[in-house]
Amino acid sequence: MPMNFETVEVTTDLLIVGGGMAACGAAVEASYWAKKHGIKVTLVDKAAMTRSGAVGMGLSAINEYIGLTEGDNTVEDYVKYVKYDLMGVARDDLVASIARHVDSSVHLFEKWGLPIWRGEDGKYVHEGRWQLMINGESYKVIVAEAAKNALGAENVYERIFITEPLLDNGRVAGAVGFSVRENKYYVFKAKAVLAAMGGTVGVFKPRSTGEGMGRSWYPPFSTGSSTYFTIKAGAEMTSQEVRFVPIRFKDAYGPVGAWFLLFKSRATNAFGENYMETHNDVLEKYGKYGLAKPTPANLRNYQTMLDLNAGKGPVYMRTEEAIANLAKQYEGDEKAFKKKMKTLEAEAWEDFLDMTISQALLWAATNVQPEEKPSEIGPTEPYFIGSHSGASGAWVSGPEDLSAGTDYFWGYANMTTVPGLFAAGDASGASPHKFSSGSLTEGRIAGKSAVKFILEHNTQPNVDDKLVAGLKEEIYKPFALFEENKGLTTDENVNPNYIFPKMFMFRLQKIMDEYVGGVSASFSFNQTSLDKAMELIGYLKEDSSKLVARDLNELMRVWENKHRIWQAESHVRAVAFREETRWPGYYFRTDFPEMDEENWHCFVNMKWDRETGEWSVFKRPIIDMFGVE
Amino acid sequence: MPSFVYADKCDGCKGQDKTACMYVCPNDLMTLDKERMKAYNRDPWACWECLCCVKACPQQAMDMRGYADFVPMGASCTPLRGSDSIMWTLKFRNGTLKRFKFPIRTTEEGTAVPDGGYAQGGDINGVELFTEPDSLGSPVWSKKGV
Ligand SMILES: Cc1cc2nc3c(=O)[nH]c(=O)nc-3n(C[C@H](O)[C@H](O)[C@H](O)COP(=O)(O)OP(=O)(O)OC[C@H]3O[C@@H](n4cnc5c(N)ncnc54)[C@H](O)[C@@H]3O)c2cc1C
Ligand code: SF4
Ligand code: SF4
Repeated sequence: MPMNFETVEVTTDLLIVGGGMAACGAAVEASYWAKKHGIKVTLVDKAAMTRSGAVGMGLSAINEYIGLTEGDNTVEDYVKYVKYDLMGVARDDLVASIARHVDSSVHLFEKWGLPIWRGEDGKYVHEGRWQLMINGESYKVIVAEAAKNALGAENVYERIFITEPLLDNGRVAGAVGFSVRENKYYVFKAKAVLAAMGGTVGVFKPRSTGEGMGRSWYPPFSTGSSTYFTIKAGAEMTSQEVRFVPIRFKDAYGPVGAWFLLFKSRATNAFGENYMETHNDVLEKYGKYGLAKPTPANLRNYQTMLDLNAGKGPVYMRTEEAIANLAKQYEGDEKAFKKKMKTLEAEAWEDFLDMTISQALLWAATNVQPEEKPSEIGPTEPYFIGSHSGASGAWVSGPEDLSAGTDYFWGYANMTTVPGLFAAGDASGASPHKFSSGSLTEGRIAGKSAVKFILEHNTQPNVDDKLVAGLKEEIYKPFALFEENKGLTTDENVNPNYIFPKMFMFRLQKIMDEYVGGVSASFSFNQTSLDKAMELIGYLKEDSSKLVARDLNELMRVWENKHRIWQAESHVRAVAFREETRWPGYYFRTDFPEMDEENWHCFVNMKWDRETGEWSVFKRPIIDMFGVE
Repeated sequence: MPSFVYADKCDGCKGQDKTACMYVCPNDLMTLDKERMKAYNRDPWACWECLCCVKACPQQAMDMRGYADFVPMGASCTPLRGSDSIMWTLKFRNGTLKRFKFPIRTTEEGTAVPDGGYAQGGDINGVELFTEPDSLGSPVWSKKGV
């Protein structure tokens, strides 16, 4: 590896970091306002926008559509659904801010070329109350195309991994990173920055430990950059304790939504019992949340886990039964049934082929004909995704018309507590259930708001050259360290002076799995195990200065892990602070096994101080803004 | 099922500066061995099996092989992506064959217009996004009584 790296400087007004759904939304929206006001917008992605991020493979549904114009639902209906699903902990203003615009983005998707299913009546076909069915293989290709057309190719930088934020006296000033293809170090100077680098996978040990490790439910290339970037900039974070553990088809993690919602399938344990019925009583303990319909996702998990922990697994999705029930509806009309079956079969397979191709192959490899035999489902490992059913991310301001006059407003919608730094999608917290459509919409809101910020703070922040040079050295240090030490041993893989990123990741995953409630600990922990985790994370953080790389790809893995560990640490600090078990099914605190509404109906927020390096963890109130209690 | 490359079919994208598979992989796994002019997946353990590379390969030189640690051998699931639809061929371990064809987009490649043809407008200080209210079909909702 050569040791000379060219420095490339890019000066812009708005820098969008990430190229996924939120970033594309921001690009489309901000470009319009920027053009109108003579402002420059630049986007940087570690991959190629056309397939980068969580939607790269495709999706089979749009999960947030309100149906406002159709009169199907109200914004308040959505706020209530989201808040109850998160056991009462979500920001009314942020959820409403996205919900009131999301239909507009979905209509844009359709114009851009995304095939959204429509029934014979011309109306959208729903999978569930909020979900629309799509032919979504090219969802990301289409969205990225609109974003690129808005930005202009010259304003898009691909294959650059952003490592660190730049600041000027507490205000964001840009970001630095490195090309994963060329020997180039990038310094982006900007008046405002949007963090939209997705969620975090790989903090916990996955169930698969061989090649199947890559088959995480959320993509392995979501590596915690959003969390790291915002924490390191000094932004207040929220809900870092809220991890998401989805129930999926076992091993390949194929989606179950279509089976439960569209095909009305049941799931039963090894004894043929339906855990949602046999464990119905546990819901009562969780008051109004337990009685909510649909049952909050974590409580459904909890019911499954009660069976699994009692040795009553495996749990099966009864696909054969669901199809037989459908057949019954067509009794006497063989032809109509056959026709219906053909459509259903295509729909079931497309659900996998659009967003979890592995599951289609696993079914083919195990000769699964869903009408003949059931398929196993179960909980995956935990993930951090503020856009889906998790809630972790940066604490951002609400929009003025909804939030002014409350603690939730400080000037610009979706701005973090760091002036000029915005967050959207998985990067922003306390506004879950945005999914693909809501993330793009939130990106639009943030993009417009960031342009407004720039117009009102139209000076280029200062960037200290010495600091920038120091960051460059730090970025490439893993190469130097490898070169200096590799000759010490006869096999470069084992060397007492350095650690490779893959082993570093395994070490983190083992700590989190065993002491912070991963799969092998049945998602359970207590203060003593958390203390142990913190001690081991402390050593690991120290050892991160010994990470080495042999090429640019491995250098990216080094930085992914440097990012990931901050997600891990902030999670441990948050779950340690919250002395209750509010989301059984996502995690269980065995020392505080009950939900404690009186003391813990609040947000747990935290901050890392840039000056002192100290963390503070504290409560923030939940405000009922629209009478949704 | 990490992706893999058939040695006889890959032509290294004819030595262009970026190969299709390398260009597209969201996890930066596809790599060109410049000596052999053949591509390979450099880290199958990090492969999501999104098949973005397989769909992009102009030579149909790529396919996937089920993750060795939990997928029984012998099946296959292969895409053939065109400009407006995708065709899937599934081969079961027991030999059963299934084919599916799904639409992928309704507009020509490259033609996604950011405003979608909706009326543009609005005020940087207002709540409307640039295509609203047209793209929404109704005024933007705000807090009751405000
Ligand atoms: C299997 C699966 C099924 C899903 N099902 C649905 C569904 O049915 N319906 C639905 O609506 N939603 C669904 N979702 C959710 C949806 O995909 C996400 O909510 C959405 O993509 C989040 O958007 P984002 O912009 O925050 O992150 P992403 O779209 O993941 O974008 C992150 C971006 O950041 C870039 N990046 C990361 N780190 C860096 C760095 N250090 N430097 C530069 N760039 C970086 C990435 O390359 C990427 O471009 C599903 C997701 C998955 C994985
Ligand atoms: S896209 Fe196909 S032909 Fe081109 S380098 Fe990759 S595998 Fe080879
Ligand atoms: S299947 Fe996806 S993750 Fe794997 S190499 Fe291909 S593009 Fe990359």
